[in-house]
Amino acid sequence: MVRIRICLSVVSALCASALSAAPALAQTPPPASKPAATAKVDVAQVKDELDRLRREFDAMRRAYDERLAALEAKLTMAGETPAAGPAVVETAAPVAPPASTSTVVAPQDPAPPAPQPSAVPAGSSKVFNPDMSVNGNFVGVAGQNPFATLPALQLTEVEAAFQAVVDPYARADFFLSASPQGLEVEEGYITFTSLPAHLQLKVGKMRAQFGKMNTLHTHGLPSVDRPLVTGNLVGGEEGISEPGMSISHLINNPALFLELVGEVYSPTGSVFEGAKRSALLYVGRVHGYRDVTDSMNVDFGSSVAYGPATVNVDEPPPPGTTFQTTDLNKRLVGVDATFRYRPLERAIYRRFNVRTEFIWSRQEMPTEAAQEAFGFYVSGEYQFARRWFVGARGDRSGRALDGAAIDNGGAAFLTFWPTEFSQIRTEYRNIRFAGGERANEFLFQFNFSIGAHGAHAF
Amino acid sequence: MTRASFLVRTIAVAAVVAISGVGGRAAAVAPLKIVATTTDLAALAREVGGDKVTVTALAAGRQDPHQVEAKPSFIGLVSQADLLIAVGRELEIGWLPVLQTNSRNPKVQVGASGYLDASLNVKILEIPTGQLTRAMGDVHPQGNPHYWLDPNNGRLIAQSIRAKLQELMPADRAYFDQRYADFDKRLAVAEKRWDAALAPYKGTKLVTYHRSWPNFMERWGLDVIGYVEPRPGIPAPPSHIIELVAEMKRQGAKIIVVEPYWSPKTPESIAGRAEGRVLVLAPSVGGAEGVTDYIGLFDYDVTHLADALKQTTGR
Repeated sequence: MVRIRICLSVVSALCASALSAAPALAQTPPPASKPAATAKVDVAQVKDELDRLRREFDAMRRAYDERLAALEAKLTMAGETPAAGPAVVETAAPVAPPASTSTVVAPQDPAPPAPQPSAVPAGSSKVFNPDMSVNGNFVGVAGQNPFATLPALQLTEVEAAFQAVVDPYARADFFLSASPQGLEVEEGYITFTSLPAHLQLKVGKMRAQFGKMNTLHTHGLPSVDRPLVTGNLVGGEEGISEPGMSISHLINNPALFLELVGEVYSPTGSVFEGAKRSALLYVGRVHGYRDVTDSMNVDFGSSVAYGPATVNVDEPPPPGTTFQTTDLNKRLVGVDATFRYRPLERAIYRRFNVRTEFIWSRQEMPTEAAQEAFGFYVSGEYQFARRWFVGARGDRSGRALDGAAIDNGGAAFLTFWPTEFSQIRTEYRNIRFAGGERANEFLFQFNFSIGAHGAHAF
Repeated sequence: MTRASFLVRTIAVAAVVAISGVGGRAAAVAPLKIVATTTDLAALAREVGGDKVTVTALAAGRQDPHQVEAKPSFIGLVSQADLLIAVGRELEIGWLPVLQTNSRNPKVQVGASGYLDASLNVKILEIPTGQLTRAMGDVHPQGNPHYWLDPNNGRLIAQSIRAKLQELMPADRAYFDQRYADFDKRLAVAEKRWDAALAPYKGTKLVTYHRSWPNFMERWGLDVIGYVEPRPGIPAPPSHIIELVAEMKRQGAKIIVVEPYWSPKTPESIAGRAEGRVLVLAPSVGGAEGVTDYIGLFDYDVTHLADALKQTTGR
């Protein structure tokens, strides 16, 4: 390859010389049409010009021959011969040697090819731009739902992600979400990756590590919607996403992956909300994981969230008046488990996941005893072809302010992935609300991404 | 002996025992923990590192390296690594950054001394030029990442690993030189064997499923005339299958090379219509029974390919 490239260079150099010589030759008139003295002068000039060109060509040829020989020698040493003489190999580290060593690279070293270029020139400031991507989520719905506010067709969310390494100690991730409700920072945090004792610190606004579903962005969901218990007790689509700090610790042991997470937030959302500066939300999670085989694994965790909440209560007298009480304590406790099967050799074609989350809620009330509510879901997803997935989910959940009001539901979904950058999904959802109302809905979703290839959530 | 002096002596004895214990542990230097993203890099690290290192691979040899998941158990492995070796060129882009960030291990972050991108000093093919879009499929903007399938690139990767190990363990510099020289010598002998086996088939045309084999095919002068995938990561539509069958017939290509993680259904259908055959080769160490090291990988692939070419070409 190198040889071909060099030969092409030689040919192009010769062509360039020939072209540069061409005007001079072209300007030389035919001898017969000139007087004899003029013709002698012209012939001498042409000879001189030819000699000069010949000298230039010879010099050029020698230079290229030398370069060709040197490169061929390097190529031979690098690729076609066994280990060169020990002394040569010993000093021939082709990549940067340790700073402390002072070995001089011998000319006969087996030289690797020149460093391969990356997509962006190293000198360009663009190399420091963050990885950028945009995800669009379009949802359509048909059917009946007495409590639904979703229109028939809607671009429910556009999420822009910016992610990059900050410095040797940290990286940063920003997710901006634009929806019909407005533009907001869904998440934006710095992660310190260089702390001692297997600690990791995140600072910024982020989704709390409460259970599994709360940590997932819309495009990471296995279905169009979130489970009923997520909507009733954990804030639904918005979830628990607050400004704060999260510190986690990895406990390394061969039997079990174990992670401990502790978080503190200043709550301003729909699930937790503190009126006073000192009213903070605390979240804790224990996360375990174990490979059963190369193809099967189990993942389980337990989470607690404790903090202030605002409760709106419609209470007479007078009729229709709303009483709002702030900084009432709320406690959420969750347990989650996931089983995954994905055969290594057929990972492109087959996988099966089953997941469940149980969530208990306890909310202090302004004028009565605390309300306790419980909910759970069980969902499964099976990949039956390279681009096709089918799944189902069963839901049951009380309501945060009325634990006795139980909503039940179920959903079935079918997903087609043209590529990993787009997916088309349909879902049938049936809900039987506590008051006896029913929802029968058909949903469809187009989810699509442009830009950098992000890491896959596990 | 007073109680106080007894206590002092006990503490002194305990301190001496503790110090001598520490000294003993320091004298026996623990092996360097290497985590490699693929079995090929792990095999090369074992060749160079010998008993001075322990090596673990994340992806299995029979697994598509694009499809690896960022399992928490991998986070545990990366968290304890002294050196992380990656293929690079965005092969692991879907999973390795998650592992690095969550490993909480500053040694193996990009740019740290315990991180080695094995692609920086090897020959990379198919570096795209011009405008790139996802319409081209799942293209790798920094070139084809399956570069380890040229034994000379294996040699260059081993050189990079040697240099990194010498940087991290300078006291064992000579040991790594000796290990590398031994590997290089065995590889050179094996290369002559492989060159001889495939020399008769130089210029033979064949088809591969994915663009995993450009370095391998270029090394032995084999001509890939098409792919089962119309674009990287895109399954073949019927129109592409028809065109590929016609092209195989027109150019006389009789072999479709497939990795073990692809379904053989579509290639077998194409091969049946083109009067050819499907050949499953190992793209990585561990990708076939008995392929346990880097030289063994090429022994397996070259032998099976040469046999198949002999049958189909009659040479």
